[in-house]
Amino acid sequence: MEVNEQIAIDHGLKKEEFNKICDLLKRTPNITELGIFSAMWNEHCSYKSSRLHLKKLNTKGKKVIQGPGENAGVIDIEDDDAIVFKIESHNHPSFIEPYQGAATGVGGIMRDVFTMGARPIANLNSIHFGSPQHPKTKSLLRGVVKGIGGYGNCMGIPTVGGQTSFDESYNGNILVNAMTLGLVNKNKIFYSKAAGINKPVIYVGSKTGRDGIHGASMASAIFDDKIEEKKPTVQVGDPFTEKLLLEACLELMTGKSIISIQDMGAAGLTSSSIEMASKGNLGIELNLNKVPCREEKMTPYEIMLSESQERMLIVLENEKEEEAKKIFDKWNLDFAVIGKTTDTKKIELFFDNNKVAEIPINILAKNAPVYDRKWKKTKLPQKIKFNKDDFKKLKITGVLKKILSLPNISSKEWIWQQYDHTVMGDTIQKPGTDSGVVRVHGTNKAVATSVDSSAIYCYAHPLTGGKQVVCESWRNLISCGSKPIAITNCLNFGNPEKEKNMGEFVECVEGINEASKFLDYPVVSGNVSFYNETKDKGIKPTPAIGGVGLIKDYKKMITMNLKNNENLILVVGKTEGHLDQSVFAINILNEKKGPPPVVNLFNEKNIGETVLKLIGEELITSAHDVSLGGIITAVSKMAIKGKKGFKLNKLKVLMNKFDYYFGEDQGRYIIEIEPKNLSKVQNILKDNSVHYDDIGFVIENEIIVDKEPILHIDDLIESNTNWLERYMDK
Amino acid sequence: MKSSVIIFPGSNCDRDMDVALKKFGFKNQMVWHNDPEIPKSDLIVLPGGFAYGDYLRCGSIAAKSKIIKSVIDFANSGGLVIGICNGFQILIETGLLPGALLTNRYLKFICKNVFVKLNKDESKYFKNIKKDILELHIAHNDGNYFCSKDELKSLEDNNQIAVNYCGQNGELTDEFNPNGSINNIAGIFNKNKNIIGMMPHPERMIDKSLSSDDGNFFFENLIQNLK
Amino acid sequence: MKVKVIVTLKEGVLDPQGKAIQQTLDGMSFSDVKQVRQGKYFDIEVNIEDEKKAKSKVEEMCKKLLANLVIEDYRIL
Repeated sequence: MEVNEQIAIDHGLKKEEFNKICDLLKRTPNITELGIFSAMWNEHCSYKSSRLHLKKLNTKGKKVIQGPGENAGVIDIEDDDAIVFKIESHNHPSFIEPYQGAATGVGGIMRDVFTMGARPIANLNSIHFGSPQHPKTKSLLRGVVKGIGGYGNCMGIPTVGGQTSFDESYNGNILVNAMTLGLVNKNKIFYSKAAGINKPVIYVGSKTGRDGIHGASMASAIFDDKIEEKKPTVQVGDPFTEKLLLEACLELMTGKSIISIQDMGAAGLTSSSIEMASKGNLGIELNLNKVPCREEKMTPYEIMLSESQERMLIVLENEKEEEAKKIFDKWNLDFAVIGKTTDTKKIELFFDNNKVAEIPINILAKNAPVYDRKWKKTKLPQKIKFNKDDFKKLKITGVLKKILSLPNISSKEWIWQQYDHTVMGDTIQKPGTDSGVVRVHGTNKAVATSVDSSAIYCYAHPLTGGKQVVCESWRNLISCGSKPIAITNCLNFGNPEKEKNMGEFVECVEGINEASKFLDYPVVSGNVSFYNETKDKGIKPTPAIGGVGLIKDYKKMITMNLKNNENLILVVGKTEGHLDQSVFAINILNEKKGPPPVVNLFNEKNIGETVLKLIGEELITSAHDVSLGGIITAVSKMAIKGKKGFKLNKLKVLMNKFDYYFGEDQGRYIIEIEPKNLSKVQNILKDNSVHYDDIGFVIENEIIVDKEPILHIDDLIESNTNWLERYMDK
Repeated sequence: MKSSVIIFPGSNCDRDMDVALKKFGFKNQMVWHNDPEIPKSDLIVLPGGFAYGDYLRCGSIAAKSKIIKSVIDFANSGGLVIGICNGFQILIETGLLPGALLTNRYLKFICKNVFVKLNKDESKYFKNIKKDILELHIAHNDGNYFCSKDELKSLEDNNQIAVNYCGQNGELTDEFNPNGSINNIAGIFNKNKNIIGMMPHPERMIDKSLSSDDGNFFFENLIQNLK
Repeated sequence: MKVKVIVTLKEGVLDPQGKAIQQTLDGMSFSDVKQVRQGKYFDIEVNIEDEKKAKSKVEEMCKKLLANLVIEDYRIL
C-alpha cells in the first residue's frame, strides 16, 4: 500500500508530523512503519502535549524508589517492603463499550504493577458519569461497575476504595480511571530497561488477534456522531488468563532469568518492544512469524498494532528459555521466542523472510514530537456576595437531608458491594470511608490508599483546584492514621489544542506540583488523558489523585464511625465559612460562580501533622476530614457509619450558621474524643498553633442542631443510602 | 491434623484458606490440580475463586480435572471434604453434593457480611460448636442454591441442610436471603455428612480487624472434633 | 463434521437473566413479550465423518459436560 499524507491523517497524524517522519527517515515510511509511528506518536503514548509540563512535577522524595518513567512508581514502606502503584485511564473505550472498556482498564493497570514483580494487593477506581438525567448514564454506570467487578473479582484482588461522581460535562465523555497497588520486596523489583545484546525477546500470555487495532489512536480522537462505528476497536479482556499470567510471571520472577519485562498495553507489541529497547539504548529485532496469533493471515501491521490483552514481553538471559517455558506451560500460556536485542539502535521487523520495517528507535521514543501548546490562564473569579435573606427560608436539617441525598454525596454502597473487597484476607477498612486500608500480609503494617478529584473546584480555578485535590488526598490518608507517602495522578482533560483546556492542564499541574512539594508528597507515576471532548464540549478538568500512606501498627488505625455517647466532637482547623463553589451554594442556592476555597499549604501541613500526633498519642476515637458539604455533612457521615446521633452546641463564633456548617474551607478534620482527653488534646493543638472549635457531642440516636427540628439518625441514613439503589434498580 | 488445599488455575482464596488452617493448628499443604494424587490428609479443602474462569458453568471444568478423582475417592471412603464458594460449586458439579448453584437473583455480584445459622446435629463440622449463629462473609455472583422439590425433601429428611442465611437472631426469612437460594440455604452436607459445601467464607472472618472473628468458631470446632 | 447443540434451562428452573431481558425489552416498548428463557448454543466440529456416530459422540459430551442435567436440557440440532 502506497503511503501518502492522507493515509497519515487517517491514522491520526498531523500533516506536519507526517512530514517530520519523512524527513527523519529520509524516505516515505511503508504502511507498517506508518502504523508504528501513528501509535508511538499519538498523545496517549508520546505525551506530546503534556511532557513539557509534566517535567516540572515534584517526583523526588526520601521514600521514592522509582518515580515516573517506568511501568509504575515504587515507594519504600520499610523492612525491605515496597509498594508499586499507578493509576491509569481507559475513558474512550469505556464510553464505547462500558463493560469491556472498564474491565480491560483494570486488567491493564494490574499488569503495569505485576510486571515490576509486585503481587497486586488493592484496587481502586475513580469513575465519572454524565448527569443522572442523561439517557446513557444508567447503562454506562451499570456496565462500568460490572466490568470493574468482573475483572477485579476474578483476579482475586480486593477493590478497597474509589470515587464516583456525576456531572453534565461528562455526558459525552465518561471517565474510568483504574488504580492498583502491589507489594514487592525492594530488592526484587523488575524494570523494563532492556540490557545486553543478542538476548532472547520472549512473548508470553494470550494469542494475538485483531482487537483494538488503533486503540491508542482512538484514545486521542474526539468522539463525534460516528461513535457506533468505533465499536470493533475496543479490546476484550479475559481475567482468567490474566490470573494465570500473574502467577506465571511471579513464579518466573523468583529466579534470576529476567533482564527486563513490560506488559503489552496501549499500542501492544509496538510500544512495549520500542520502549524496552529505547530505555536500554539498544536495538530490537522481531520475527513476526513467531508471534502466536489466534486469527489467520494477520499482517505485520496488524500484529504490531493489535491490543489483544493479557500479554507480556520479556528480555531473558541467554540459556534460560527452557526453564521459563516450563513455567508458562504449567500455567497453559503461550510462550514464544520472537526476537532478540541488537546493537543497531533500530527496530527491525521480519515477516516471511523479508524485512518489513526498519526505524531508528530514538525517532520513535525519545525524539517523538513535543509541543509547547498555547494556553490561557484562568483568572480567579470574584467572590459572590450571597444574600443572607435567602437563608432565612431554609432549615439546616432540611438542607442537610437534601445534601446527603445528592448523587455526588450519596452512599455508593450499591456500587462497591459488587466488588470483592475482602479477598486476600487483609482488608481492614472497606470502601465507603476516607481510605481503603489493607494489611501488609504477615506484618503489623498496613497501607492506606484513596483516590480523589475535584472537577468543580478545578473548573472554577485550576491552580487552586490542583492544590486542593492533593490536599484532600493527604487529609484522607491522615484521617485513618496513616502517614502519606506519595501519589499517582491521572490527568483527565479536554482538547489540548484549545487554549482554555490547555491552560486548565498547565495550571492544575502547577497546583498539584506546589502542593506536592510543600507536603513532601511526591508524584511517582501517572497518566494523561486528553481529548475528552464530544462535539466541541469538553469535560471539566478532572485530575484524579491516588494517594498511598503507611500505618506502622495496623491496630492503631482510626475509623470514622462515631462511637460513644458523651464523646466530644471537635473541628480541627479554622472555619471561615467559604460558600462559593460549595455543594450548598451550587445545589441549594443555585449559584455556580465564584472561586473555590482557598488552600493554605502551611496550615494543611501543620494541621495534618498535628492530627497524626493526636492519633499517635491515642487521643482520637474517630476522625474524618471535612470536604464536600462542610462540617455538618462530615459529622453526619460519621454518625451514619456509627449509627449514632449528635448534638451540636449553639454556635460560639459570629458567623451565619449556614456559612459555618456548610462552608467548604480546606485543612479541617472532625475528631471524636473522650471528654477525659480534652485537656491533653487542647494542649497539643495549642502547642502546634492549631485552631479548633468544640462543636458538640455524640448522643444515642437523635440529631439535635440548636433550634432546628430534631431528626433521628434513621432519617439521615434514609437520606444518604437510598438514592443510588433507587436510581439503578428502578 | 493434616489438610490439603487444592489449587486450580483461577483459584484465588487458596492463600486465605492456608492462613486460616495453619492458624488453628492444621499442617496444611497446597496441592496443584494436575498432581497425580493428594498427600495423606485428614481434610481436603476446595477453596474459593474462579477456577477455569467459571467457564461453561461455575466449577464445571474444575470438576473434570485430574485431581478430582482423588478427591472423590477420598470423599467416598468417608474423608472430610470442605468446598467454600467456588469449592461448593465444584463439589456440586462432581455430583458429590446435590442441586445446582444459579446466578444470584438480582444478577449482581454481592460482597457483604451475613449472619448464618449452623446445623449443630451430628456432623464433625458443627457438632458441639460454641456458637451456632455466626457472622460470616459472602462474595459471589452465583450462589443461588436450587434443587428439585424431591431433592429438597430428601435433604430435609436426611438432615443435610448445613447452613442457612438468617437474621442476627436466627430469623429465617427472605429479608435475610442475599441471593434467592431456596429456603435460605447457604450450605449443605452429603448424606454421610463428611462433605460440606457452603457459599460463605469462614476464612475471611478469623480476625477482629477483619470486621468479625466468628470464623474462629468454625475452625476451632473442626480441629477439636477431629482430635 | 459440525454438530450444533442447544442447551436450555429446564422448565421450572428460575431464569433471572431471562426475566431481566424481558423487562428490558418491555422498557424498550416491545411490550408483547410474554416470556424470555436464555440458553446456550455450541458449534462442535468433530473428526468423525459418519453423521450418526458424530451425533452420538456429541450426545455423550452433552451428558458429561455441556449440560448440567440437574437444571438443563440439551437438544442436538
